[in-house]
Amino acid sequence: MQNYTSFILDLQLVETQVLNAQYVLMKFHQESPLPIMHPGQFIQVRVDGSPNTYLRRPISINFVDSKKNLLWLLIQLIGDGTKTLAATPVGNKVNMILPLGNNFSKPEANDKVLLIGGGVGVAPLLMLGKEIKEQGLKVTFLLGARSANDLLELDEFSKYGEVYTTTEDASAGEKGFVTQHSILNEKVFTRIYTCGPKPMMQAVAKYASKKNIECEVSLENSMACGIGACLCCVEDTVDGHVCTCTTGPIFNIKKLKW
Amino acid sequence: MVDQSIDLNGLKLRNPVMTASGTFGFGEEFTDFMDLARIGGIVVKGTTLRHREGNPYPRMAETPMGMLNAVGLQNKGVHYFVDTIYPRIMKFDTNILVNVSGSTVEDYVETAEIISALAHIPGIELNISCPNVKEGGMAFGTTAIGAARVVDAVRKVYKKHLMVKLSPNVTDITEIARAVEASGADSVSMINTLLGMAINAEKRKPVLSTVTGGLSGACVKPIALRMVWQTSKAIQIPIVGLGGISSATDAIEFLLAGASAIQVGTANFIDPAISPKIADGIVEYCERHGFKSVRELIGALEIEELQPSACLTDQKCS
Repeated sequence: MQNYTSFILDLQLVETQVLNAQYVLMKFHQESPLPIMHPGQFIQVRVDGSPNTYLRRPISINFVDSKKNLLWLLIQLIGDGTKTLAATPVGNKVNMILPLGNNFSKPEANDKVLLIGGGVGVAPLLMLGKEIKEQGLKVTFLLGARSANDLLELDEFSKYGEVYTTTEDASAGEKGFVTQHSILNEKVFTRIYTCGPKPMMQAVAKYASKKNIECEVSLENSMACGIGACLCCVEDTVDGHVCTCTTGPIFNIKKLKW
Repeated sequence: MVDQSIDLNGLKLRNPVMTASGTFGFGEEFTDFMDLARIGGIVVKGTTLRHREGNPYPRMAETPMGMLNAVGLQNKGVHYFVDTIYPRIMKFDTNILVNVSGSTVEDYVETAEIISALAHIPGIELNISCPNVKEGGMAFGTTAIGAARVVDAVRKVYKKHLMVKLSPNVTDITEIARAVEASGADSVSMINTLLGMAINAEKRKPVLSTVTGGLSGACVKPIALRMVWQTSKAIQIPIVGLGGISSATDAIEFLLAGASAIQVGTANFIDPAISPKIADGIVEYCERHGFKSVRELIGALEIEELQPSACLTDQKCS
């Protein structure tokens, strides 16, 4: 059972920043303090209940300012749900269930930490990077994307650590995939956190297990309820089928059958 | 003060709102969002004699105003339920019914017998209608003979409230309902999910690992409502109506069609706090229309003169 409380809240949209044609960064606020949220947890957002967005949309927590009661969600415009959400007029309230799921585990004091993100999967790594920096550790980000246009929030990431990038078309950083970046050969890491497309995370997991590096991944199996009731989002693990929404979304790769 | 209580053939509900199996976990998943003491009962996740891993991922597809699932009765078996889950939930202040499923008649009987010993479980919901398992499940629920075999056998060993969940994936659901009634069921709940399918055109592949799955959500409501209405004319035992109920108005429609209680299913995923709101909305409706008891709504549909549909007369279909 989860050891935290989840809430159904109506948060007010205060700003939608269009990062480019495919991504928006939405900022929400409420007057009263937000629930405590940890890096890696997610939110079930009610879009509008229209025929094509019947279910809620699970979205990673990108960043929280607990002093100003602000919450950021980084959203890739993929289907009707995300497009409708992104078109919400500023000032409107959006219904959310939060926080949900487990979180990335804290690194040890002597860990050398690498955060690897791909595409919109960089979303939960921003708050994670901030918390690890506040813990007094050096943070290294390795962020990959198809092209420079898909590298998101680089200025924000650079506030909390060194940022290395790869793009498939060589428009920014090193050409290729994150797992081909030279930093993996040049530096030593003892703990990797990753979120992104499944093939990327599987490649990272393969690298980490070969090098015997602790590694946690964030899964995004398709969900209905988000609270462990429907059993739709299961991942086949060494413990059998478990719900990604409650046992995850963060899994140590030792638990996965990848 | 509206009297909300329902006597479901001996099972006392504080109000007609229950939650549907497979959409409400074991109730504990929802305690952050609502007070279980505000609803009539919960039907916990489908339980089988032995552990079942369920179907492979992906198990879910969103569809217009609904969803398909192909969970396949994933559960840790009745002994795990008795030893681990029951002690956690037995003190919940509501009726807890266990949804029981099996691959053979013997499985159903043994599981029902084990649950029969649990003091805080006043009834079971016999699942003869799961569309997502290969053997058992819906295979029993799609023929009157199969349904009667399971219900007859379970009735012999199970003396508390025996609710039987009916499959809509049949030619005539009233025939199955009559068979189940004749075999001694105390009530029927209807409908389970409708067999459906989703395709990813871009990938030219089915969305679900099992290709087909069970359709639920608001989109199935008109079918469920029709089936409840037809069945209410065919049997004497109470009907618990479900299928797409997402508001108090939806719930009232099922009561008017002849249901004595209702279950909220897929709507729990969209608003985990919806079931007590539905109970409140039913009371508000009764106050507005001058009903002193929710029971006055049961079967209160006013049909001036039943018109046979054109297809059953000599008229040509347009």
